[in-house]
Amino acid sequence: MNVGLFIPCYIDQFYPEVGLATVDLLERYGATVEFPEAQTCCGQPMANTGCLDDARPLARKFLDIFSEYEYVVAPSGSCVAMVRKHFHDLVGDDPRLEGVAAKTFELCEFLTDVVGVEQVEGDFPYRVGLHQACHGLRELRLGQPSEIVGEPFNKVSQLLAGMRGIDFVELERTDDCCGFGGTFAVAEEAVSCRMGLDRLADHKQAGAQVIASADMSCLMHLGGLARRQKMPVAIMHVAEILAGRSPEEPVSGKPRSGKCRSDEA
Amino acid sequence: MSHAAAAAEFIADEERTRWHDQAVWYVRQKRDRAAKSLPEWETLRETASQIKQHTLSKLDEYLEEFERNATRQGAEVHWARDADEHNAIVLKLLEQKGTKRVVKSKSMLTEECGLNPFLEKAGIEVIDTDLGERIVQLRNEHPSHIVLPAIHVKKQEVGELFHEKLGTKRGATEADYLTEAARHHLREKLLAAGAGLTGVNFAIAETGGIVVCTNEGNADLGTALPPVHIASMGIEKVIPRLEHLGVFLRLLARSATGQPITSYSSHFHGPREGQEMHVILVDNGRSQQMTEDDLRQSLNCIRCGACLNTCPVYRRSGGHSYHATVPGPIGSVINPARDPARHKSLPFACSLCGSCSDVCPVKIPLHHQLLSLRGKIVDRKLLPASKRWSMKLAAMVLKRSWLYRILGFGARCSLRWLPRFLLYNPLNGWGRQRDLPEPATKSFRQAFRDRNRKPGDK
Ligand code: SF4
Repeated sequence: MNVGLFIPCYIDQFYPEVGLATVDLLERYGATVEFPEAQTCCGQPMANTGCLDDARPLARKFLDIFSEYEYVVAPSGSCVAMVRKHFHDLVGDDPRLEGVAAKTFELCEFLTDVVGVEQVEGDFPYRVGLHQACHGLRELRLGQPSEIVGEPFNKVSQLLAGMRGIDFVELERTDDCCGFGGTFAVAEEAVSCRMGLDRLADHKQAGAQVIASADMSCLMHLGGLARRQKMPVAIMHVAEILAGRSPEEPVSGKPRSGKCRSDEA
Repeated sequence: MSHAAAAAEFIADEERTRWHDQAVWYVRQKRDRAAKSLPEWETLRETASQIKQHTLSKLDEYLEEFERNATRQGAEVHWARDADEHNAIVLKLLEQKGTKRVVKSKSMLTEECGLNPFLEKAGIEVIDTDLGERIVQLRNEHPSHIVLPAIHVKKQEVGELFHEKLGTKRGATEADYLTEAARHHLREKLLAAGAGLTGVNFAIAETGGIVVCTNEGNADLGTALPPVHIASMGIEKVIPRLEHLGVFLRLLARSATGQPITSYSSHFHGPREGQEMHVILVDNGRSQQMTEDDLRQSLNCIRCGACLNTCPVYRRSGGHSYHATVPGPIGSVINPARDPARHKSLPFACSLCGSCSDVCPVKIPLHHQLLSLRGKIVDRKLLPASKRWSMKLAAMVLKRSWLYRILGFGARCSLRWLPRFLLYNPLNGWGRQRDLPEPATKSFRQAFRDRNRKPGDK
């Protein structure tokens, strides 16, 4: 399995641990992982603001970079939804789009649907509040949203359920939005933060030690609020948990130290 | 005022915001239980959506069929191009009868047309007979929700209002007592009315009948007593056949309030003896909406309010923050679709969570429509310049991998070394309540290179 790894720009810059955990996990299941260096961003921030003309060249660039790979995998439901569901509004005329859209997967669904993983084994003896990121849930259907009547399923919690000692806490609202929403987080700051604080309160009443999600953007928002509130809760991407990291280690939501390094040219 | 600014004002009252969110969420939970009681729920939604799509594709034919059959039943059918025409028709009908007092059961269409102030200016008293609507009418406000017009008003506030306007005991908050008082008050108005106005939930082309759904029976009383019944409907309310009605009735009340069916689903087939019945078919921007492929489906709407109840933004900003007759996700679609300049902030009053699309009983892809409306706002140059330019700038950087790498490094460093007061200032909308992410020492791309350079070193 030859995987072209797509790492959203903010994970590249702020949360390298999430990218590394993704690589570890993919390699554990036999994938050869390449990270094409020319990549930057799928264009979602522009497209979601309605600036299609600005997003278009980035979508085109994405196709240039990734059309050669057997699979494209990203640890972000939101960015994958952009490629699969919204690129046709931008580069619908590009003959490569159909192929790329069909082979681009969010990490968890890649593991369950392509690799055929039932559960990931490991240890994670913590009480976990699973935050369902909306785009993964409602665009990619990584799980059954609470609005839909039908058999419940959830690819993210299914994978996590194999971790020994994991204890999912019971949230009052299983999939209410956290309020990140890209530029919404700033444009509608008051609503966005109210939504996030309400989510944090739900995780708190449920007794979560760790808030986990398959989308780092939600966690950047929730983590930012939690830090300001000095709320004692760890924030982790699902990839980090599945790759065997513990909240005690340097993981995405933790303070860091050391000197800032630039990229080698 | 933009939605964001109005929402911020609402949210400043933390206690009320929490109360509002919970009150509305409670209705969403009731909807969930009701929906889950029907294993065929998703099939019903799909069927309803297809019936609506089919109807819209032949709307002209079905409306004419409805007109023929309604006329045959003895009703008089009128066509109104817009709100003004609609209001003028109503006024003319009332003037012909010399009517000075009318009662009205719930109708979002007449709200949309601004009928109440129009008639009041002409010296006609209009009394809303739906309890929630009467409450907002007495408060001199507009409904904040399309099904629960007074959801933003607390019991205590109703008590004070009724004490002042209807003479109930000071400090009374018991729902039974207050409802009883309203009932007496409305009964008098109903008896004195010269005409009864209603909305229309469904108009059946095949039979020429109309169906009005209420929980209080006020539409029945309001049409049974006065000598004239005027029913106003948007042209999208028509359905082809009687057998389709069941699909919608099963979805409507369950989606709206979690009831299996509204307490009253009243069918009107022409006037009763000695009465006049008028049906006004109103366009008011709907046929224009039909011409836009990406927005047409919003005409499926049966005004159940479920998308409002599920919307995390609506719940925390209140209906009035939308400054429109119809608030919430569906309001954020139809208002800017008709008047983008006036409602330009509404498509952005949304985190794109998609819950509305999944809850909608007629499967309108609301959040995708909101997204496509954002594009239209940009095309019309209605996006604030700051947003427009920040997007242009970001795209300019992201197109160039080298520039992106340098600036990414810059951002990580400055986040680390800049003093807090420079990072967290009023210009930083992110940082007012949130910390910025703790910057990593090196980017993922660098970490990945390092890792692969020294195999085994993780
Ligand atoms: S858009 Fe759908 S959910 Fe919203 S009010 Fe209309 S029918 Fe109900």
